[in-house]
Amino acid sequence: MTECLFSGMLAQLPLAAVDWHGLFFLLFAAIACGAAVMVVLTDNVVRMALHLVVSLVATAGLFFLAGAEFVGAMQLMIYVGGTLVLLVFGVMLTAQTQLIALKTPTGDKVLAGILGAALFAVLVQSAVSIEAWRRPGLAEVAAPTATPLGMALVGVRVDGGDPEAGRRPPSGYLLPFEIVSVHLLVVLVGAAYLARAKRRRTPRTVELFASVESSTPSRVDAGAGEPASSVLVETGR
Amino acid sequence: MMLIAAGTVSVAHYLVVGAILFTAGIVCMAVKRNAIGVLMGIELVLNGANLNFVAFGSSYLAGEGRPPLGLDGEVMALFVILLAAAEAAVALAITLNFYNNHATVDVDRADDLRG
Repeated sequence: MTECLFSGMLAQLPLAAVDWHGLFFLLFAAIACGAAVMVVLTDNVVRMALHLVVSLVATAGLFFLAGAEFVGAMQLMIYVGGTLVLLVFGVMLTAQTQLIALKTPTGDKVLAGILGAALFAVLVQSAVSIEAWRRPGLAEVAAPTATPLGMALVGVRVDGGDPEAGRRPPSGYLLPFEIVSVHLLVVLVGAAYLARAKRRRTPRTVELFASVESSTPSRVDAGAGEPASSVLVETGR
Repeated sequence: MMLIAAGTVSVAHYLVVGAILFTAGIVCMAVKRNAIGVLMGIELVLNGANLNFVAFGSSYLAGEGRPPLGLDGEVMALFVILLAAAEAAVALAITLNFYNNHATVDVDRADDLRG
C-alpha cells in the first residue's frame, strides 16, 4: 500500500527532466571547493585534516562523474585511506597544545590572499578562454570497464588505435609502471629508515623539549621567530 | 556562462574546480606555519592537477571526437596519486625527524642552515 503510494508520488515528480549529471557535479564541486577553502582558512591542524578528507572524497566523486571509475576508487583507497591516515598520524605524533594552532601573521595572510586571487584569475581566464573546452559533453559513451586501463598498464593498448586509418595504437605503460613500483618500494624503505625510533637524544634536544613543555603556549607562539637558544636563556635552564 | 545552463558539464567546469583546488593548495603552502599544514597544501595542489588530467582524458566530457588525452589522462592521474603517497611518506618522516630534533613543527624555526 505504502509502496504504491510512494511510486505514485514518484511518478508525479518530474524526475526525468532533472539533469542528474549536472546536479551531482555542482554538489561535488561545491563540497570539494568549500572544503579546500576551509583547509586554508582554518588554523587548527586537526580540523584542516578533516576538511582535507572531505575535499578529497568529493574530488573522488568528480572522478566518478567524469567516467574515471578506477581513478576515483584509487583516490578513495590510496589518498583517503592511506595518505590521509599517514597525515593524521603525523598530527597526532606532533600534537602539543601550542603546536595545534600556529597563528600566521595577518600581513602574510593578506599578501598570500592577493597572490592567490591573481593566480586564480589567470587559471580561470585560461580555462574558459578556449572554445573547445566549453563545449558540453555528449555524456553518451560505451559502458565503462577497467580493461583498457589494466591492459595499458601491462603494456598492451586496446583503445585509441584506428586500423582503417592506418593509425597504430599508442604505446603502453609497462616500463613506467615498473619504475613506479620500484620507486614506491625504495621510498617506503627510505621513509621507514628516516622515521625509525632512535633514542639518540643530545643534551640540546633534551633541554629543548623540557623548555617547550614548561613554557606557556602564548609565549612560545610569540617567540617563534627567534632562535631556540634565546628560549633556553629566558627559561633559565 | 559557468552555470550549468545547457544541461551538461564541459571540460571548462572541471578546469575551474581544479583551479580553485590548486589555488587553495598554493595559498595553504605559503601561509601555514605547521609543517603538516604545508603537506596538506601539497596534497591539494596535486589533487587539482589530477582533476585536470581526468577532465582532459574523459570521454564523457569531450564534445565530439576523441578526448584530447584519452586513456593517458587516467594513467597520469594514477601515477600522480602513487607518487603523492610516496612523497607524503618521506615528507612525514622528515617532519617527525625535525620534531624529534627541534621539539616543534613550525617551519619558521627550520633555519639551521642559515649562513
